[in-house]
Amino acid sequence: MAIRCVASRKTLAGLKETSSRLIGFRGIQTFTLPDLPYDYGALEPAISGEIMQIHHQKHHQTYVTNYNNALEQLDQAVSKGDASAVVKLQSAIKFNGGGHVNHLIFWKNLAPVKEGGGEPPKGSLGSAIDTHFGSLEGLVKKMSAEGAAVQGSGWVWLGLDKELKKLVVDTTANQDPLVTKGGSLVPLVGIDVWEHAYYLQYKNVRPEYLKNVWKVINWKYASEIYEKECN
Amino acid sequence: MMTVAVTAISSPLLLHSQGPNRQLLQWKRNEKRRLPTKVAGSGVITAGFELKPPPYSLDALEPHMSRETLDYHWGKHYRTYIENLNKQIVGTDLDALSLEEVVLLSYNRGNMLPAFNNAAQAWNHEFFWESIQPGGGGKPTGELLRLIERDFGSFEEFLERFKSAAASNFGSGWTWLAYKANRLEVANAVNPLPKEEDKKLVIVKTPNAVNPLVWDYSPLLTIDTWEHAYYLDFENRRAEYINTFMEKLVSWETVNTRLEAAMVRATQREQEGTYTEEEANPDDEEPEVYLDSDIDVSEVD
Repeated sequence: MAIRCVASRKTLAGLKETSSRLIGFRGIQTFTLPDLPYDYGALEPAISGEIMQIHHQKHHQTYVTNYNNALEQLDQAVSKGDASAVVKLQSAIKFNGGGHVNHLIFWKNLAPVKEGGGEPPKGSLGSAIDTHFGSLEGLVKKMSAEGAAVQGSGWVWLGLDKELKKLVVDTTANQDPLVTKGGSLVPLVGIDVWEHAYYLQYKNVRPEYLKNVWKVINWKYASEIYEKECN
Repeated sequence: MMTVAVTAISSPLLLHSQGPNRQLLQWKRNEKRRLPTKVAGSGVITAGFELKPPPYSLDALEPHMSRETLDYHWGKHYRTYIENLNKQIVGTDLDALSLEEVVLLSYNRGNMLPAFNNAAQAWNHEFFWESIQPGGGGKPTGELLRLIERDFGSFEEFLERFKSAAASNFGSGWTWLAYKANRLEVANAVNPLPKEEDKKLVIVKTPNAVNPLVWDYSPLLTIDTWEHAYYLDFENRRAEYINTFMEKLVSWETVNTRLEAAMVRATQREQEGTYTEEEANPDDEEPEVYLDSDIDVSEVD
């Protein structure tokens, strides 16, 4: 079942810190907020410690809590055969489950400078970027422009289309995961452009946030995912 | 900086239907708040929606909504919508129209034209500043209270539902109290025989820039739940912002004035019988939008 796949450790590479717990008799798997692999202030000055703390402890935590609630309700509705309740829960699952999935990726997409944040991608991902976008600068420019153009809340992604074997840049609205734009899309880098991701520091100037966030993008993680999916 | 003529918050002028072309527009002002198109030194012609200041100073809503928030929300976000809108529409068919006309035209039955986002957000924000006031809050009175009690059971019940709607509007958007008349339960279906019971207050949630004008509802009150509206004062605590909004900021006086205008308009439309001309085509997915007879819509369509 799709929901269980999200929770499996194979799907979320390296996320050993994601713990899950069994609840109740039926044993549905629910989720907890993982710790960040760096201090809240470690991404400064690109992203302030204040933002990182609220983003992680409040926003992501809320997605986790609400996702768990929705899953419990879904479980009951499914076992009761209440089809309309199941359908009604889909938006809560999409919002909150999507929020959880997206932010798990996001924390991995970021790294302090002294741990490689901002270092350009090497290896096969670096070459693929040059092939598809001309250069890393070309990719950065495209993603920043598309991220700035997202109306309302959403994400801008660098993804790998596993079937077509090419890199794509795309955006999603609200907390829709990249896979909602195409079943064969694997997220490599996602940048949160919800206002909560930058407002306390950059206020209304989203382009400035997008200019600076690249200084802490963890290309090593993106390369790992890329290499794994390509082999 | 241009001196902006500030219109006092008074009842919006009503439009009277002109002949067979029913006008939906509710918020037209006597003076279209427009400059004549002017040619700047470089020879560039500029369109001219002007910034409309809120009917209170930017620090007047402290401590419930900080000056800092208004500096950014009004001074940057709203300003940017107006400036970008002007750039978008200059020299096009959307130029020389009122803001509401631009909103309705660019909504384009749900297949939004590029100007919609800026136009609707400009409209929404102007409506929002006027929905709140220093020393706001409390309870509505008179006809407004009567209708709230009729349509929601009680004021407390209304409050609960409005706050819950605003809190659960995922992503960016707005929550509205609106007056719905001459319409069936489906947003785009005209009611050919509206009864008193069909004219009612509704709570609606909209995403991003959408507002209930596009469904021919009469907005009465709005709360902005884009994060930028509350983040500096409340961070992620949207529920607290919503509580503060209802307890300390909402201007029931303005809402009441808007309701009166909406009810008059609904009665006029009924009396003129123009609604029977535009019966809903059940195959249409999006509402028909009716415009001034002097607007040539052929290019837009």
